[in-house]
Amino acid sequence: MDVRSAMRSGEDDPVARPAIEMSHISKSFPGVRALDDVSFSCAPGEVHALVGENGAGKSTLIKILSGVYTPDVGSIVVDGRTVTFRHPLHALRAGISVIYQEFSLLPERTVAQNLFLGREIRRGVIIDGRAMTAETDRVLAMFGTRHRIRPDTIVGELDVASQQMVEIARAISLNARVIVMDEPTAALNETECEVLFKLIDQLRASGTAIIYITHRMREVGRLADRVTVLKDGEVAARFETVPDPQTIVRAMVGRDIADYYPAAAAASEIGGTVLAVAGASNAALKDISFALKAGEITGFAGLQGAGRTALAMALFGAAPFSSGMVTLGGTAVHFSRPRDAIRAGIGVLPGDRKAEGLLLMQSVRDNGMVTARSFGGLIRAHRRNKYIDLAGMDELLDRMEVRAPSYEQQMRLLSGGNQQKAIVARWLALKPRVLIFIEPTRGIDVNAKAGIYHLMRELARSGAAIMMISSDLPEILGVADQILVMREGRIVGSFARGASEAEIMLAATGEHLERAA
Amino acid sequence: MTDMLAPAPVRGMLRFERIAPVLLVVAALLVYAAVAVSTRQPQYLTVDNFIQILARSIALGITAVGQTFVILLASIDLSVANLISAAAVLASVIMAGQPSMIVPAIAAVLVLGLVVGVVNGLVVARLGVNPLIATLGMAFIIQGCLSAFVNNFAGSVPEEFQAFAYGQVGPVPWSLVFLTALAVIAWFVLRFTKFGSDIYAVGGNPDAARVAGIKTWRVILAGHVICSLTAVIAGLYLASRLRSGAPWIGADGAYDLQSIAVTVIGGTVLSGGRGGIWGTMAGVLIFSLIDAIFNLTGLAAVVGVQGMLRGVIIVAAVAFYAVRSRKIVA
Amino acid sequence: MSNEALTRAAPPSRLRRILGFNPIYAVLVLLVILIALRNPAFLEPTGYMNFLKRVAPIAIAASGQLFVIVAGGFDLSMGAVVTFTVIGASMLIANNADAVYWVIPLLFAIGALVGLINGLVVVYLRVPSLIATLGMMITLGGATLFWSGGAPKGYLPDSFRFFGRYNVPNVPGIAILPISLIVLAGMVALLWWLLHHTNYGRLLLAIGDNPRAAQLAGIPVERVRILAFVISSLSAVTTGILVGGFSGVSPDAGAGYELQAITAAVLGGAQLLGGRGSIPATVAGGATLAAIFTLLNFLGLPNPVRSVVQGLILIGAVALAMYRRKRTGQ
Repeated sequence: MDVRSAMRSGEDDPVARPAIEMSHISKSFPGVRALDDVSFSCAPGEVHALVGENGAGKSTLIKILSGVYTPDVGSIVVDGRTVTFRHPLHALRAGISVIYQEFSLLPERTVAQNLFLGREIRRGVIIDGRAMTAETDRVLAMFGTRHRIRPDTIVGELDVASQQMVEIARAISLNARVIVMDEPTAALNETECEVLFKLIDQLRASGTAIIYITHRMREVGRLADRVTVLKDGEVAARFETVPDPQTIVRAMVGRDIADYYPAAAAASEIGGTVLAVAGASNAALKDISFALKAGEITGFAGLQGAGRTALAMALFGAAPFSSGMVTLGGTAVHFSRPRDAIRAGIGVLPGDRKAEGLLLMQSVRDNGMVTARSFGGLIRAHRRNKYIDLAGMDELLDRMEVRAPSYEQQMRLLSGGNQQKAIVARWLALKPRVLIFIEPTRGIDVNAKAGIYHLMRELARSGAAIMMISSDLPEILGVADQILVMREGRIVGSFARGASEAEIMLAATGEHLERAA
Repeated sequence: MTDMLAPAPVRGMLRFERIAPVLLVVAALLVYAAVAVSTRQPQYLTVDNFIQILARSIALGITAVGQTFVILLASIDLSVANLISAAAVLASVIMAGQPSMIVPAIAAVLVLGLVVGVVNGLVVARLGVNPLIATLGMAFIIQGCLSAFVNNFAGSVPEEFQAFAYGQVGPVPWSLVFLTALAVIAWFVLRFTKFGSDIYAVGGNPDAARVAGIKTWRVILAGHVICSLTAVIAGLYLASRLRSGAPWIGADGAYDLQSIAVTVIGGTVLSGGRGGIWGTMAGVLIFSLIDAIFNLTGLAAVVGVQGMLRGVIIVAAVAFYAVRSRKIVA
Repeated sequence: MSNEALTRAAPPSRLRRILGFNPIYAVLVLLVILIALRNPAFLEPTGYMNFLKRVAPIAIAASGQLFVIVAGGFDLSMGAVVTFTVIGASMLIANNADAVYWVIPLLFAIGALVGLINGLVVVYLRVPSLIATLGMMITLGGATLFWSGGAPKGYLPDSFRFFGRYNVPNVPGIAILPISLIVLAGMVALLWWLLHHTNYGRLLLAIGDNPRAAQLAGIPVERVRILAFVISSLSAVTTGILVGGFSGVSPDAGAGYELQAITAAVLGGAQLLGGRGSIPATVAGGATLAAIFTLLNFLGLPNPVRSVVQGLILIGAVALAMYRRKRTGQ
């Protein structure tokens, strides 16, 4: 029997009883009301999408579900039984598994060891490695045979998508009846996403309830049966069937987002070539040639591993080219370390802000000043240097609308979008000629994304050449003036703004993903 | 998103770390042999002599086994040297030359190790204090207590117990057999039991371990207890060897620094989650050979030279592993 | 998920603002009161000036150590540098009082070299600072022993002891002004300016906060960190000069200064994995440590108790800091 149709017809069927039901959950922390009377349920075989801006309460709700927090008010019912979770282990035992963005894997251990972490199969005191390997094989078989994961593979040697598979495999082997996925496609490319979606279809068919958290409306449309929107700790909207993206977004932010993507650059706004690369290669890149122009946003699309980050690293001096030529403003250059590239006027906004961009304990102002200070002379007063002074930095932060009670505050207290802007300010102080954005809106909520796009357009207008690397295809199509596609270390295609996703994907994969119905 | 500056560990690197200790041991052996030959002392190349070399590092070996557990947990124990002294003194004083007091002395010393280990473990795991500080503080406390009561040789060890240090099983000293057995048991626990698996988990990714249901604080506590217990056993051995308890014995041998050094040289990383017992034993072997080389060349007699070279060797050995990684180190 | 945790900032409550104020100053004041109650002579200029003379070496060492701690590391070689300074001075001056004028700059140069080596090993060989400075401690200790032939003798002339020992007499209001206080004031002012008012200090804090982000933001990480080790060693030499003023020439002259420095920094609220620290608070931490020892002396408690107390303080200070951090939600 098709679970989904049973649900929709509203028949009172035991199979349709919710796998998990959270009722009237409220949770407060000192000074913050994270959740206010939130009720949420998910039935076996259903994919229930949970959407909302950052700070809306999704994370808190999931942590309550997984046993990390206990609710102040409200109850959780699993398969008809009321439960209280005092420790994540209780939730695991009740059949609830959460797959976070930061994987909880041990990179030095094997897949089998990770799968059975905390519940190793034992004979007395001794671990039964053979039984664990056999069981791991059985679970991995569910994913099809095209993967490269073996039970004795060391997890640290797997790529990100495979590691996520291991996480999911663990949930399956735990007989999870409810699997929560928190932005699972954040680090995946299009092909890997498809594999994940097929897996979710399989899980759904076998009766697993799936709670799916995402910022990407396309995925909601592809996967979800129901949608719940959280806003400011409350349920803002419930949809029994999936509506169009605009409706969802409106519920999330409370208003229409007109002009979500900024207008393209007018021909008059595009200036001369700022950065030109000709025939450049290194270990990861082959024969790269392209040009970045002032006033123009150039998007780089491609699958993960296509070489886009390697290209950014090469331009930035972190993993230089070994042959070919790079000219910046007409002069030939070769950067062997980031400092040289920065001095010449290139800035990079790394994809993983938390690990590579943010100085969380330092103030917002210090985060902004750090690059200017690095080139302003070590033994010099910190208030001013040849690039900018404190007042100038404050002005810059104001202009970009970085929202913080005070710029003296620690960076960790800001939201993702504001943090990203503060990092941009870091580069602006030096008036860069080229700015490279890697995954510019990752982990930033819908409302703030638009702000970043407009900021990029403004930066282009002020004369910089912008390079944008993103795995979010609609984003690239919406923002970039020209799109270059990379595959296996080469540039394989060049498109103008009006191109279609299919065209780009074709170039990126070298094959058709789906045939027209 | 892959880290822009440090590539993911590649198969080659992990394999290198597993054979590196072996390489170092072979290198040390070659140097030893070369020195023996070139200084015209080939009599030092016999198996018997080799056993003697190993025997000189029993105390270090025993201590290092415990230190390995703790470092695998991304913790560290700087209190072992003073604990060794305290155990040696306590045992000798209780035994006071009476064979009938051997068992009570051993029991008392084990209790001491248990208490110190539990305190260390609680302070690190429950109070969240940096292990360096926690065990350093404990070292001070033990030292204070010890010097309040003794400042010279204390007590005496009856002949029966001296067998620990001086007894032989055929050509092999009993203590060496003991150390080997200890190492084998430790290896077995780490490799085949859930507890061992938990140690790697807690050391490698404590958050993942916690979420998976492992009671991380208990594992850390157990690790520290094991370390303290091996330290007191080393103290018992040294008391047996010196026939009395000397309150400076631990500091003299620098067992804290040395046990850490041999563990790190053996491939167990300070950040936890990676490494093992055999690497540490290789490290002990390397240190023994280096000491033997010092003796062969007569350098050991020149004051200060041993210190100079030892410091350089420790750093060089760790650099040997570390320089290949591209991570920024604190 | 990680970003959501960052969006919710508790509005600064009164409790937070109070806890934000560093409690070390209150502790110091309390201790001073306790000492004065026990021994009213403390409030006389001779009383507190002598106390400050004892504070000076610890505070200077701690301030130098702070630079390394703030970048995320430890400098365990400070004690060895202090000892080297004292013994080296006695060997180089060799009863020639005028030699002071070139010996002191030479000692600073060697100190800078030691710091440079420490920095190079940590930055380019990627050896953790714990091991690197430990190795330096052992090596330098051995080298010092080697140089002095194991039995350092000789005395230090007044021209050298001037800094640590001499008091400017008949100063209106305070009766005597120890030179070491002037040295303390000068060093602290310099280091305070360096850490809190220059680009260098901010960049150092950034490195301790997030080394990878620091590198990608263009900070010359290598230069900045090496300089931190150099600053630390230079502070140790300064401490050695002061110590030489009142202590004898012995291989133990500098023993324990690195640990006292770390304790003082921790008392002052420095974060052990880097990113936060303050010179004034560290100086207060050093003064607090000295005050505690003074109080113990006045209470007539013997030396061993000092060890125990230092151990407890070390653990207590860090445990308290961890607790505060949990409360203010970091």
